[in-house]
Amino acid sequence: MNLTQSQIEAARAQVPLAFQAPLPVRIRRYALWTFFITLFCWCLYDFDMSPLRIWEGLGRFGRVLSFMFPPHVWDNWADFAEILNGLGETLAIAFLGTVLGAIFALPLSLLGAKNIIRKSILRLTVRRGFDMIRAFETLILALIFIRAFGLGPLPGILAIAVSEIGTFAKLFSEAIENTSEKPVEGLKASGGSRLQQIRFAVAPQVNPVILSILLYNFESNVRSGTILGIVGAGGIGFLLSDRIAAYKWDEAWSIIFLIIGMVYIIDWLSGLIRSKVIGKWDGAK
Amino acid sequence: MTSTADPDPSDIATSGSLISQFEVDFANRRRHMRVGWAIGTVLFLIVFALTSWIGDFFKVTQVTMQDGSREWRWIISAGIPRLGEFIEQTIPTVRWDTLGADLGNWFWRWKIWLELLFETILIAFMATVLGVIGGFVLSFPASRNLAPNKWALWITRRYLEIARTVPELVWALIFVFCFSVGPMAGVLAIGMHATGALGKLYSEVNENIDMRPLEGVKAAGGSWFDQIRYGAVPQVLPNIISYTLLRFEINVRASSIIGYVGAGGLGQEFRIAMSFQEYTDLSALFVIIFVTVMIIDYGSEKLRHRVIGMEERTS
Repeated sequence: MNLTQSQIEAARAQVPLAFQAPLPVRIRRYALWTFFITLFCWCLYDFDMSPLRIWEGLGRFGRVLSFMFPPHVWDNWADFAEILNGLGETLAIAFLGTVLGAIFALPLSLLGAKNIIRKSILRLTVRRGFDMIRAFETLILALIFIRAFGLGPLPGILAIAVSEIGTFAKLFSEAIENTSEKPVEGLKASGGSRLQQIRFAVAPQVNPVILSILLYNFESNVRSGTILGIVGAGGIGFLLSDRIAAYKWDEAWSIIFLIIGMVYIIDWLSGLIRSKVIGKWDGAK
Repeated sequence: MTSTADPDPSDIATSGSLISQFEVDFANRRRHMRVGWAIGTVLFLIVFALTSWIGDFFKVTQVTMQDGSREWRWIISAGIPRLGEFIEQTIPTVRWDTLGADLGNWFWRWKIWLELLFETILIAFMATVLGVIGGFVLSFPASRNLAPNKWALWITRRYLEIARTVPELVWALIFVFCFSVGPMAGVLAIGMHATGALGKLYSEVNENIDMRPLEGVKAAGGSWFDQIRYGAVPQVLPNIISYTLLRFEINVRASSIIGYVGAGGLGQEFRIAMSFQEYTDLSALFVIIFVTVMIIDYGSEKLRHRVIGMEERTS
């Protein structure tokens, strides 16, 4: 069935909004697009992103990429052990940072949860505190800790731990707020104290959530742990920035591929743990 | 269960054995869980000890005492006083009666900082634009239900994975070499990472859409591009806008430190302040970034709620 022009006209007259947005919406839309495109073009000019520069840069980038093939393989054990040590340090930074952050965040998260602390002034100040901690960049924290503890993985661990305290405390307290009140009431009815209520009614509900948050953040900390080395806080990032600074691109690419492989393995492992432990918890409910 | 309402004599006869069976099963399950917990705890403790050994937790260093003598101390107890000293150095002297002059001293480079702050936000904007374009285009071949063929799916997914697994700062190191020092390297580095992250999020949105509009477009004779344009895009748009705003917030944070490796923005000032030992500058920069991030987070949260509200009204 073919529509004739007059039928289309009739439909347009009947339901104009199906064909065209109302005028103010259209004007706003055009204004927004013009603003974004102007800003974009101005940025291109301001950042000097001329086609010539892009072309030259792409040429260099192509040469850098060409060092990927053949990949660099460390032929003596001493060199490779250094790389493995770097990867191990990165994992240690991510693991200990996550664990220490969680240990400190857990009691704090109770203070920030609506159903544990009923006084809203205390709760809100604690929550703003979490936001403050989260505002510190991990890299800046690492710079500060390097001044105090010297180069090495320890400042990296502390930097991740401190920034994770804010994140974890926020996520944990949200998880605690999302629990059901019914088990708590049951415990209250059978004479449980406040601590017992938290231990036997709230904890079983939040444990799987907390575990999954921990695993997820551990994954993301493995990624951010790789960059802490660039400012000198240990780990594989230190070796990587060293190789890049020395223009040893073949080794740099091999390190990047090792990092990607490590992240893959960690993601896979944490997926395994998550399905195993959380599956078990679902059965126990 | 009907047997509870009307007990069968045979059920009662076997219920004794059922209860004992239950008790055996319960004991087994309990033991199983305890063994699992024990193994898990032991593994955790081993990993904990190993990582804290790798992480220099038990290191003992030499510290200089007040009288100039050197002493061996555990690294944590040696570092904490130094940490306190350092933080004290970053706190500026602001007195109430000379407030204006003190603040002027604290933010003495404010003209340069304001310029760099503007540049930081522009880097985040440009990087978000690049990330949105790249992520949007690649998200369709990267989602399982929309990919034109298997190869396109595999290649785009691997590309997105590599782009988001390599951190922004590493991309920045590479691009600073390729495109020389300046904001352009930062834009490309953050844009690269944002492409990977956004592409993944967008493709997850794409995988949850209703396929019927696409079938309708296909039935009316639309090509793959028509199906995407008229069937998929209208469904995913609100989610995409919301993710994009979130990414912009993340990019502002990233672009505020990316200057540390020379890729433009405020980050380079951290490096300068560290090397010239102008420690009060550090706290000033932190205040500037903190306020900016707060304002941008607040604004984008408001916008995101409006976008989500729009989605609910139309659906």
